[in-house]
Amino acid sequence: MTSTLDIIASVDPVPWARSQMAFTLAVHIILVPLGVSWAAMALIANYRGIRKNDADAMLLAQRWSKYMAVTFAVGAATGTMLSFQFGLLWPNFMAQWGEVFGIPFAFEGLFFFTEAIFVAIYIYGWRRLKPWAHFWTGVPIVFTGILGSVAVVSANAWMNSPEGFTLDAAGNVVEVDPWGVIFNDAMPLMSLHMVLAAYIVGGFLVASVYAVGMLRGRRDRYHRLGLIIPFTVAAIAMPFQMGAGDSLTRWVFDTQPMKFAAIELVAETSSDVPETILGRLNADGTVSGGIPIPGLASWLSDPGTGRSTVVQGLNSFPPDEIPTVRQINTVHLAWDVMIGLGSLMFLVALWWGGTWLLRRNMPQSRLFLWVASSLGVVSVICMEAGWIVSEVGRQPWIVYELMTVEEAATTNTGVWITFIGFVGVYMALAAATLYVLRRMSRRFRTESAADHETPYGPAETSEVMSGTNEETPVGAP
Amino acid sequence: MSTVAAIILFIAIIGYSIFGGADFGAGFWDLTAGGTARGEKPRAVIDRSIGPVWEANHVWLIFVLVVLWTCFPDAFASIMLTMFAPLSLVAFGVLLRGSSFALRHALLNTRDRRAFGALFGVSSLLVPYCLGAIVGGIVSGRVPAGGIAGDPVAGWVNPTSIVAGLLAVCAVAFLAATYLVWDARRISDDAMVEYFRRRAVGAGIAAGVVALGGLAVLANDAEYLFAGLLSRGLVFVILSALCGLATLWLLTRAQHRGARLAAVGAVASTILAWGVAQWDYLLPETLTVEAGAASSGTIWAVTVATGLAIVLVFPAFGLLYFLDQRGLLPDEGMPESSPARAEV
Repeated sequence: MTSTLDIIASVDPVPWARSQMAFTLAVHIILVPLGVSWAAMALIANYRGIRKNDADAMLLAQRWSKYMAVTFAVGAATGTMLSFQFGLLWPNFMAQWGEVFGIPFAFEGLFFFTEAIFVAIYIYGWRRLKPWAHFWTGVPIVFTGILGSVAVVSANAWMNSPEGFTLDAAGNVVEVDPWGVIFNDAMPLMSLHMVLAAYIVGGFLVASVYAVGMLRGRRDRYHRLGLIIPFTVAAIAMPFQMGAGDSLTRWVFDTQPMKFAAIELVAETSSDVPETILGRLNADGTVSGGIPIPGLASWLSDPGTGRSTVVQGLNSFPPDEIPTVRQINTVHLAWDVMIGLGSLMFLVALWWGGTWLLRRNMPQSRLFLWVASSLGVVSVICMEAGWIVSEVGRQPWIVYELMTVEEAATTNTGVWITFIGFVGVYMALAAATLYVLRRMSRRFRTESAADHETPYGPAETSEVMSGTNEETPVGAP
Repeated sequence: MSTVAAIILFIAIIGYSIFGGADFGAGFWDLTAGGTARGEKPRAVIDRSIGPVWEANHVWLIFVLVVLWTCFPDAFASIMLTMFAPLSLVAFGVLLRGSSFALRHALLNTRDRRAFGALFGVSSLLVPYCLGAIVGGIVSGRVPAGGIAGDPVAGWVNPTSIVAGLLAVCAVAFLAATYLVWDARRISDDAMVEYFRRRAVGAGIAAGVVALGGLAVLANDAEYLFAGLLSRGLVFVILSALCGLATLWLLTRAQHRGARLAAVGAVASTILAWGVAQWDYLLPETLTVEAGAASSGTIWAVTVATGLAIVLVFPAFGLLYFLDQRGLLPDEGMPESSPARAEV
């Protein structure tokens, strides 16, 4: 017994805390785009439904709001876990920086509160509220969703660009300037990048479901609208995202040179730095493999000076103040994935826009539907990769150049247990959520969902009917 | 300035208790409603009652956490380190409660609903108990100041924690039952009115017994709080007892609206009694509110956010409850065969 306890007590909490934070954030970030952008897409359909008396659009808006009820609830639950984990995993970070880092969250709480209230009114108000009154109860969701994510990203940006406080000689926070904290240097571009990502991922994710439905032969107007509305939203956001991403990268080049060196795999400070596609950094500091595009990284960093732009290399930083070799390789690979998939989505957005301009209609080919049906997953991977670039590239710092992740972590050795617990519960939750969404979609198609108010009600005929449909492929509402 | 932060924190705790707490209590009654057939009607009332509001109610918890860590970061770190185990349980409970309720709501078939319903009920029991136990550990001085860990087991497994945990469970069950009486009356289901009325009375008596017995425990285990309850906090202790008795009396006289208000008064004044009795300590008796508070710039920012919340969130929250009480938020979406929207 004692030996077991000793073993438990000797487990280093830091890697487990890091893994738990990474895992729970990686799951939550998939639900964020749906929470931020789905309401806007539902309102577009809702508006069309009322204005043009469009029954298909109205039905889409109603069903989307029902799905939203599920994804929003799961997103709220996984989001709450993050507030717990700030404390449970990083108590020293919170003790030292809580009064600074917490400020954006006070405002995020405000926005999230408002959002949750109007989400409830909107999704429960279909039957008894007047159509336009009901429509307007959805509008605050769009704004609070955007403002809420801006507030959260502001806190994250502060970790990259810590400002707005005064330290005493012992390194304790003595005075805080809330304005400086919230509007820190990294905040505008990082927030813009994330909000656009939320619209792109949300749009492509929803559209992909209808693309699958169309591939399976459900090419009615309802499915076409279900693809066109979200796809157009994502496609419009895409070019802006390219611009926002480019500006943000240049901000990193200017202010976080070590992250930039990891991104571009720059071993030694030099000019005319190539953009290396793939490839890896070795423990001895050399780069092997990969396809270098001569001078491109220098040129992109500052087109003004072109290929003569000097990029700081990894060798110019103390080794304990930059990410480890493994982390650098992770950052670089994630960067390549983000840029690759982002460019792919940009091309598809051009395809979409071009076809609309030329033919006043969406692309009709099966190839397009195949591509569109993959973009949901592709956009999620792209966003996850971007998030890895930002967070792993910041290592070993939790607060850039002020506190390391190691210093911030809990001393509680039981973190590995909660890590296993979280992985298990999140897996089950993901499976259950997908199961419920698919069941809803199947139920909508069998169209006999008149009465389901009663929890634990007796099995209804609709279930028996849908039972016979189990074999038919599903995947679209 | 630090006093302002403490007041905001306690307003948030009271908000979470009377809104979020009632949702946990509803989960308790859902869990104890019996088998599929017997529990069908009470569960229908519960589902209808908390469906539109639970998510907004849940945000109070986030607000409590944010205010605590932003305004009192040292105490937050100490609590998180000491209470790692019960807080992890709370986290899992909150996660499972919310998602399983939402998932159950979206499903039709009995087997799945029963599984998610059981998760919803069990986690609704676990969360208030653990939160109560954490408060018990704090008030009995088991969380040390200075961002360090206290005893990871005795911190929340001790006489005061057990009393506070049980009291929390009884209080939320009591609160929920008085709300559910009202909601059952709104859909004019007399059998359910009676069903929840009996449970409200039972839970109210249980809460009273635990509270009285708890005082005896506090006398030995949490002296500072006990002394405070009998001096500074006495007026709230008496108010809480009077409100509790008034609730029981109003329930037996079928004054459901009054009973609901009195129940809110009982729970709110219990929490006020705790806050006032523990004053001016954040962590009795090692860290005062003043010593533990963040810098004034931070507290200003939180006060501004709270002010904005009063301007923006409270009217919205009021609108939600107004629409809900008027029966204007009957269900998600609408039955698609319904012609209700066709006349538009």
